[in-house]
Amino acid sequence: MNIQNNIKLWSSLGMRATFGLIAMELVKKHPNLIITTSDVSTSAGLDRYKNKYPDKYIDVGIAEQNLIGVSAGLSSEGFKVISTTFAPFQTLRCCEQIKVNLGYMKHKICMVGLASGLVLGNLGFTHCSIEDIGILRSIPNISIVVPSDPFELFKTLDQAIEHKNSVYIRLTAGSNSKIINDKDYEFEIGKAVEIKSGEDVSIIGCGNILWNCLEAATVLKEKNIKCSVVNMHTVKPIDKEKVIELAKKHKLIVTVEEHNIIGGLGSAVAEVLAEDKNNCKLVRIGAKDFYSPGGSYDYLKDIYGLSVEKIIQTVFLNL
Amino acid sequence: MNLKKLENFARNIRKNIIFTAFKAGAKSAHIGGALSAADIIAVLYSSIMKIKKQKILDDNRDRFILSKGHACLALYSALVEKKIIKRKDLETFESDGSNLLGHPIINKLSGIEFSTGSLGMGLSLGVGVALAAKKKQKKYKTYVILGDGECNEGSIWESILCASHFKLDNIVIIVDKNNFQQTGKNSSIMDLKDLTSKFKSFGCSTTEINGHNVKKIYQSLMSKTTNKPKVIVANTIKGKGIKLFENDNNWHHSIITKSIYKNIIKEI
Repeated sequence: MNIQNNIKLWSSLGMRATFGLIAMELVKKHPNLIITTSDVSTSAGLDRYKNKYPDKYIDVGIAEQNLIGVSAGLSSEGFKVISTTFAPFQTLRCCEQIKVNLGYMKHKICMVGLASGLVLGNLGFTHCSIEDIGILRSIPNISIVVPSDPFELFKTLDQAIEHKNSVYIRLTAGSNSKIINDKDYEFEIGKAVEIKSGEDVSIIGCGNILWNCLEAATVLKEKNIKCSVVNMHTVKPIDKEKVIELAKKHKLIVTVEEHNIIGGLGSAVAEVLAEDKNNCKLVRIGAKDFYSPGGSYDYLKDIYGLSVEKIIQTVFLNL
Repeated sequence: MNLKKLENFARNIRKNIIFTAFKAGAKSAHIGGALSAADIIAVLYSSIMKIKKQKILDDNRDRFILSKGHACLALYSALVEKKIIKRKDLETFESDGSNLLGHPIINKLSGIEFSTGSLGMGLSLGVGVALAAKKKQKKYKTYVILGDGECNEGSIWESILCASHFKLDNIVIIVDKNNFQQTGKNSSIMDLKDLTSKFKSFGCSTTEINGHNVKKIYQSLMSKTTNKPKVIVANTIKGKGIKLFENDNNWHHSIITKSIYKNIIKEI
């Protein structure tokens, strides 16, 4: 596999279509893989997989409660199961099934939440997902990973399928997504990646919005504000050591996420900081607990303070 | 079929249910719905399902899912009769740190396949387990017991649609239709109307029987279906076997005092 070529190809396809491509490889490595969906084969890039491996693909129709139950039943019989549908339906619609089957009973499946965050803003907030991390974070025995780009999705799936417990993989951005990781790197669920290092401010993000964090850091550097940019791909369990280390080294931590600031990455970081002795200020950027009027991805990112300009402004205001 | 054996097994289940509820004392227990399911569970465990203590994890064992998890006393009682769990364990019912709580907790070594109790979830699990049997080309069957009140849950209908779509003739669903739910009669809380024809319209092979006639239960479980899930709607009486409890919904979840225990245990 030529990694450099894939990085380019995958980022142009975006995470959803890349997921479908990765599935074609995963099934070769894990012959007992079954992918379950709720009528989203095309949206998840799974049409090729579905045609080539009809025995390893189960569509339960638009019935997400049943999706989780059936997946857990298959898992209890020894299958490796990946379930997928759009993020709100993969998480909130079947939340109690996730609690009982994956949390309480500890059946293991990987759930892939498609098009989470704000990318489907044109379709309204039925289809945006700014609550999924917060809801799932309160359920024991489930890890939450927000890959920063399609290449990281590849690494995430590879590990998640053999992870000790269930993993929710939250996909952000659409096609022509940004490349956050332009070459191979060490990835481990639960271990943050410091993409950029600077001594003044630490910007911690997750998902493809990290691109805006990197851009903001570049502009800030020109103004002599040096920023670290940290890819906190795993929101649960959060990399506590890294958060504490960043708090020690910086005056300000800014979290950036396509999620409500209640319950998401910002909250997870705040929980670590609150229980640690440190003098580092924290500012959380994200949806400030309201549903904005719908609109394009860029429109919503701007409203929620996630555009490059707004991130820069927030850093300035809080330094 | 050994009718005597079936009847004995059912009687012992009822005795165990009453004994455990009595021992639970003020912690109280779900009694009515356990007694209504007792005959169905007796037939399954005594004469239908391949489940043995010595081969409790055998991949070919039949799978049992008590979707109406609050009837767990009937399940624990059957497991005692099968010597899969110890009679003494019944006395730990609902006590601190016990494996035998008021709803089943997954414990495959003790013959409990899944944690249930949140209504409407067991059938989806059963569909997954039955699909797995088809994929693995295993002959085991999956038996799921639903409550009629539980059929208020939309997720039941999601999963029956699915069982029928995938032509799962290796799953058997028995509805313990005792006509009551927690706070009253189905007909006044949420009328299920004709449950049998509902399942039939979803593409299942259906039969409706007297859920306390062990011979009828046995025969309906033995009948073959192809390409369709089998649904047995078992007409039962909540609290069946104890006159004081029968069709009295106060015994849905209640306390059996010493004096009540003394009076009713003779009845079984």
